[in-house]
Amino acid sequence: MTAGVQTRREQASAIINDPKFRGLVYQALLLVAVVALFWWLGNNAATNLARQNKATGFSFLNSAAGFEIGFTLLPYDRASSYMQVFLVGITNTLLVAVIGIAIATVLGFVMGVARLSKNFLIRTGATIYIEVVRNTPLLLQLFFWYFLSLNALPSVRQSIVFGDFVLNQRGFSFPMPILDDSFVWVAVIGVLALLAGFFWRRFALRRSEESGNRYPVWLPVMGIFIVPTAVAFVLSGTEVTFDAPALQGFNYRGGFTAPPELTALMMGLVIYTAAFIAEIVRAGIQSVSYGQTEAAAALGIKEGDRLRLVIIPQAMRVIVPPLTSQYLNLTKNSSLGAAIGFPELVSVFAGTALNQSGRAVEIIGMTMLVYLVISLVTSVFMNWYNARVALVQR
Amino acid sequence: MKKHLFSVAVATSVLMAGTSVAQADLLDDVMERGYVQCGVTEGLPGFSNPDDNNEWTGLEVDYCRALAAAIFDDPDAVRYTPLTTAVRFESLSNGNVDVLSRTTTWTMSRDTDLGLSFAGVTYYDGQGFIVRSADGVTSALELDGAAVCIQSGTTTELNATDYFAANGMDASNFLTFASRPETVQAYIEGRCDTYTTDASGIAGDRTKFDVPGDHIILPEIISKEPLGPAVRSGDTRWFNITRWVLNAWLGAEELGVTSANVDEMLESENPEIRRLLGVEGDFGAPIGLSADWAYNIVKQVGNYGESYEANVGPSTPLGLDRGLNALWTNGGLHYPMPIR
Amino acid sequence: MSDLLFVRDHIQPPLPAPHRTSGVVLWLRTNLFSSVPSTIVTILAVLFLYWIIPPLYGFLIGDAVFSDPEGLRGEACRFEGVGACWVMIQGRWNTIIYGFFPNSELWRINLMFVIAIVLLVPMLVPKAPFGRTAALLFFLVFPVVAFILMSGGILGLRQVPTAQWGGLTLTLIISVIGITVSMPLGIFLALGRQSKLPIIKGFCVGFIEVWRAVPLITVLFMASVMFPLFTPQGVTPDTLLRAIIGIVLFESAYMAEVVRGGLQAIPRGQFEASSALGLSKVKTMVFVVLPQALKHVIPGIVNTFIALFKDTSLVTIIGLFELLNTVRSAARDVNWSSPTSDITGYVFAGFMFWIFCFGMSRYSIYMEGRLHTGHKR
Repeated sequence: MTAGVQTRREQASAIINDPKFRGLVYQALLLVAVVALFWWLGNNAATNLARQNKATGFSFLNSAAGFEIGFTLLPYDRASSYMQVFLVGITNTLLVAVIGIAIATVLGFVMGVARLSKNFLIRTGATIYIEVVRNTPLLLQLFFWYFLSLNALPSVRQSIVFGDFVLNQRGFSFPMPILDDSFVWVAVIGVLALLAGFFWRRFALRRSEESGNRYPVWLPVMGIFIVPTAVAFVLSGTEVTFDAPALQGFNYRGGFTAPPELTALMMGLVIYTAAFIAEIVRAGIQSVSYGQTEAAAALGIKEGDRLRLVIIPQAMRVIVPPLTSQYLNLTKNSSLGAAIGFPELVSVFAGTALNQSGRAVEIIGMTMLVYLVISLVTSVFMNWYNARVALVQR
Repeated sequence: MKKHLFSVAVATSVLMAGTSVAQADLLDDVMERGYVQCGVTEGLPGFSNPDDNNEWTGLEVDYCRALAAAIFDDPDAVRYTPLTTAVRFESLSNGNVDVLSRTTTWTMSRDTDLGLSFAGVTYYDGQGFIVRSADGVTSALELDGAAVCIQSGTTTELNATDYFAANGMDASNFLTFASRPETVQAYIEGRCDTYTTDASGIAGDRTKFDVPGDHIILPEIISKEPLGPAVRSGDTRWFNITRWVLNAWLGAEELGVTSANVDEMLESENPEIRRLLGVEGDFGAPIGLSADWAYNIVKQVGNYGESYEANVGPSTPLGLDRGLNALWTNGGLHYPMPIR
Repeated sequence: MSDLLFVRDHIQPPLPAPHRTSGVVLWLRTNLFSSVPSTIVTILAVLFLYWIIPPLYGFLIGDAVFSDPEGLRGEACRFEGVGACWVMIQGRWNTIIYGFFPNSELWRINLMFVIAIVLLVPMLVPKAPFGRTAALLFFLVFPVVAFILMSGGILGLRQVPTAQWGGLTLTLIISVIGITVSMPLGIFLALGRQSKLPIIKGFCVGFIEVWRAVPLITVLFMASVMFPLFTPQGVTPDTLLRAIIGIVLFESAYMAEVVRGGLQAIPRGQFEASSALGLSKVKTMVFVVLPQALKHVIPGIVNTFIALFKDTSLVTIIGLFELLNTVRSAARDVNWSSPTSDITGYVFAGFMFWIFCFGMSRYSIYMEGRLHTGHKR
């Protein structure tokens, strides 16, 4: 064995053992593997599609869908295109998600605080609620609520009528205001007044921090908003008529109807998600040391305000990150509406539209993309909010 | 961690072993596999429905059995896959099932756009409506604004929309569900005023109602729904088998060959019967089957008329008259192509 | 001797505490009537209980139908004010537990359950003997045995296609496979996400984020509708296998995030100490970092398991008959239809899911306590 070979070997082993070199090799291997996998999948898909003699492409989005959708916020009829079906699905999903998140947050905070209540009955009640709801599948709960709401509500002919509000198996109908053109001015004034109220709130809060005196916030804000808007409403001479639901043939027509599918889906999602939020809130509150409560008491802060002004703001930094995933979970779980006939994105687009058009790859791809975008946007917003509530180290 | 990985590998490989293989010539695969994979409904009395022992029965199931009898001389060499409307076509094109015998309407776009081929028609149907008799409705034209329960992704959904549009009726209360049982359930619970699907399907579902007499089927039939078995386009031999099994099944009834008399019929002088039963000529070989393939169908499953009587006919809970589904000789539409 | 002089020559027995500060009364005062609002809430809660408990009792037990001696099936539950129709569960018990498995072959499933329990007990009870052996058997031998028992086709067992698997059995099969496969996959993804190598990290981040962003139902749709499109011509995996693959990929992304939380909690000192001891990177991970990291996140891991167990109910939507679906189809059966069939089915299925999930969560709390070796902050 000559010395030259020895060094070359040593060099070679040095290169092999060099972490940088190894890293490069690993990465190159992974890259090749991933590219090869995707190429293979794509190739398979292309051959399979060709073999199945099926039409492909996105041109179907412009053709008429030809089916009805039971609940839409956007104008839609049978002549509308698949693209409109897609948009209707997205708006319905967002509707459920936004309202659901709002109610679930409130219920979750209440239940989280209740779980730590000094009152035995409240504490136990909240614990039972959380343990039951968290440990059973959401799909089962949705079926349960849907079945229960159909069973508990009266038929159309025996509707519960309260003025222009009607409740029956077909949903909850209420009058919709019909506005004329001059209402635009009222709306503009209203928005401006709301902005003014918002600035007053900031001003008042800053003043109370500086002076130590409490400035009223909510009453002036209400005043700033209501007075100009009301004046504008009277001056503009806007006439508001109500389109009230009325029994005509089989169903109540007119007004706005929230179908039982929507109610059941909303109830299921809210009750389910709130149980998780409650646990998050409880953990957040428990993460704030008890000394904070005592210190707040020593400073003479009222018992009700201690939680709101001292504990919760500090708990927020623990609460917000997991809360974000719960919001995303609720949005994703709204897709289970497909199982109880609520026309959200998965039901109406990945279900009906896919079936009628047969464009599986395109439609599933578009559906997944929507959820990706919603998830990204929510994450970005909650990260921003998290940065705001994060503990500022002084 | 290694043990985890290993168990993963084992589990995956053993599960993979249970996968099916669908190549260009399906008949060879089916022969090798030893059974036909047949896509059926999730449960529709009279057409494809699991009985108390979880055995599938029904008119469309009998077609699958006829297919298996023709290929294997064993009507039980079938595996049934219940499919929702959402996955039925994909399951067929992906090779999950060899034949889709699942109340599927033969339409042009399904033939051309979805890459399917329909072997023929097993049941001539039309879409109808069912309502509660208490509502006092006597015609589908009175359904303006009614809440209608429909199964999504079906021709039924499109037809109902068209019908309401054509008659200037308010269709804003349509409610669609992904699966059939849910659709029916919603109607029973009172969520909808009416439920619409193929008239035969309604008759089948009505047998499940608590008091069938409280519901009436409206007289209007608003569409043509030729229901038949479908296969993937492109495999001519398999397509021919499915088509001619259907023709032989119908043809046996036309010629009066039943499961009871098929053995006597072997002696028949009628050349048509002799050809059908494989006594004269060999019509099995060109499609890869034995010469007595049609004999096996009739012997093991019976002819179309027998299956009809046993599953959906007037003596069954469905109580459907032959009507359009009688043979052409009796004023119906079934017109089996000659075997020669 | 004067009476004025008094020397106590024995110890007085202690007086009882004032009755308002001890026993039941104290408990009531602190837990139910500590303040005016608390008292009001208590009264409201008692009224609520008074309102809810009698009908609940009536439904579940009082008015419920437990036996059907005359073989009336659904008719037995058809009377005014009927409670839960438990006879339906009884009548469809085999389907609910075993799915559509042939009646003559049910012993195979029972045998599988028995083996699983025999192996799980020593694995899960910390003091029981043979824990390690049982774990090895459970992860290496049991899957093969279970597959042979379920599927048959060899050793003279009748072949049972996966389409006939169902009920609680199917739910358990999907969850066990899902849990055992998504766990290691999740650990790898979490490690990849921590990697300093940009491509590996990017791949893992992308994988995790995409799966976490989409709803499971679209994943299952994709698995059932599109998956076969991406496999080579001629190979069509079984519907059940596809659903399992979809669930595994989906849950492994969640698992990865849980494990990442644990990895981030390990202080740098641990890495430095093990490299000072001369351990290689792999050894550092396997023997030092992962055991600590996984211990930190046991609650998170179990929560993911529970989520996976509950999520198996979604395979209903792609037409598999797991527990929820079999219970619902029992309630829809014309023989069993009655005013309360549906709700009985939901209550029963909910109870079954609850037992398993609640059991898992209690077990995790117990294990957390046992493994608590003083690192808790």
